Amino acid sequence: MAELKGRSGVAKALNAAWVRPFLFLIFIVVGWDVAIRLFRIPAYQIPAPADVAMVLWQDWPELLRQAWPTTNATICGFLLSAAFGIPMAMLIAGSKTVESYVYPLLVFSQSVPKIAIAPLFVVWFGFGLIPKVISAFLLGFFPVVVSAVQGFKSVDPDMVDLARAMQGSRFHVFCAVNLPHAMPAIFSGLKVSVTLAVVGAVVGEFVGSNSGLGYVLQRSIGTFDLPTMFAALVVLALLGVLLFWIVDRIERFVIPWHVSQRADIIFAA
Amino acid sequence: MTPATKTPDAEQPGAHLRLVSDRAASATPDIKLTGVSKTYRSHDGDVASLRPLDFHINSSEFFVVVGPSGCGKSTLLKMISGLLPPSGGEIFVEGEPVTKPHGNVGIVFQNALLLPWRNILDNVMLPIDMKRLPREKYLPRAMALLKMTGLDGFEKKLPWQLSGGMQQRASICRALVHDPKIMLMDEPFGALDAMTRERMNVELMRIQRETGKTVLLITHSIPEAVFLADRVLVMTERPGSIAAIYDVPLPRPRSLDAMADPVFTELVQRIRRHFFTDSALD
Repeated sequence: MAELKGRSGVAKALNAAWVRPFLFLIFIVVGWDVAIRLFRIPAYQIPAPADVAMVLWQDWPELLRQAWPTTNATICGFLLSAAFGIPMAMLIAGSKTVESYVYPLLVFSQSVPKIAIAPLFVVWFGFGLIPKVISAFLLGFFPVVVSAVQGFKSVDPDMVDLARAMQGSRFHVFCAVNLPHAMPAIFSGLKVSVTLAVVGAVVGEFVGSNSGLGYVLQRSIGTFDLPTMFAALVVLALLGVLLFWIVDRIERFVIPWHVSQRADIIFAA
Repeated sequence: MTPATKTPDAEQPGAHLRLVSDRAASATPDIKLTGVSKTYRSHDGDVASLRPLDFHINSSEFFVVVGPSGCGKSTLLKMISGLLPPSGGEIFVEGEPVTKPHGNVGIVFQNALLLPWRNILDNVMLPIDMKRLPREKYLPRAMALLKMTGLDGFEKKLPWQLSGGMQQRASICRALVHDPKIMLMDEPFGALDAMTRERMNVELMRIQRETGKTVLLITHSIPEAVFLADRVLVMTERPGSIAAIYDVPLPRPRSLDAMADPVFTELVQRIRRHFFTDSALD
């Protein structure tokens, strides 16, 4: 680090937002390697970073091929949770009756461990894509609903009154006031949801599948092939980061006006 | 403005200002309330918010309601705009009975309530979008209003880029853009600092004179009420009812100097007594 300080170009690169987590990651990997050497941790407990990197290097076509079904299930499950979660939140926020009937049950359903019921989906829908999608959907659904309900409910009632007093129809007022107002909350829910959907897809693959990263994980745990297992985890993490980043980009595009994005606006202006 | 009738009041010496305005309603008052009351239903039974009210506001009149917190002032405003049905009595706006939102009013709340995702111009155009009127027809009007309130050049800015006073000016533009006959203002400058507030008061009076709108303004501030109003309605504690209606015989146009006028100070004192009858002010 010391020799880098003098050069301003490098210093600038170090300040770039994406470099920082990368540097931190390198720090962790080095710490990991040092810890293994220092405490003589056997390879069947924690693999060395070099071994994991080797698997990633050698098996990347296979890992990439297995990542595809997982990605597919994640995205389908995530889109489903958005497609059902947001309208569900509208209903819950819009009607006290719906809220009193549905919301407690929804919370109740969340305390059911998905991994316990995931085998059921395999029984019902076979070994294909569907049980994985359902599992991803079930995990991703809840955060979207909770955040969106919060978003829809936090609209200033005076603002709604104002729009209604201008003879806006219910639908009109909703589109002009409530929905945009709820957008930041919806997006924070979607970001949580997309990472949980990855977990959901893997859970689905754990219990009954012959493809996907979850399947690779399951198989490598069975054979104590820890480097492969860690390699699969790395790919999964990358998948989560990538999907999160995509949602984040969409958020910036959809709600450029929001507090969290303001620095960018000033830059652009 | 017609001079207020002055009758000496034996009970309150020095209060030469006429209590309870007897200014007659014109043939077609802009706002007319007959026996309007409001009762809210709650778990512990009915809670009276407003006792039956009768008053009228004439065309182009600046009418200010002053009263303690929770006396139902905001309820009154919502009922006149048609957002809330009264429990009893009838409200007429421009001769028509009010049963649902009628859009003949522009509303300004304490907070500017600008939509953060719309720029200033689009915020001002909100009523046009809600009423589905032709945008291009009202765009010049919106621009003229922004110019009148000193906001020209800020059309494309987002609300958070403006100061509190500027935001509130934009919300006044929004209340005026669809050219309603009546402006309803609920403590419009309550959230502003004292200096901005005084400036906004002067500005509001100018806008009201230029546009000839009928204004119903609600405030906590007695000096503000007297400074702005043609007539001041004083409300009692909850459940709200009319304590008195005063004519304000100060000449127009008024500058801030009017606040030093003995008529002004006396009237402020007089109104204050309604709220602090046991205090040292007596």
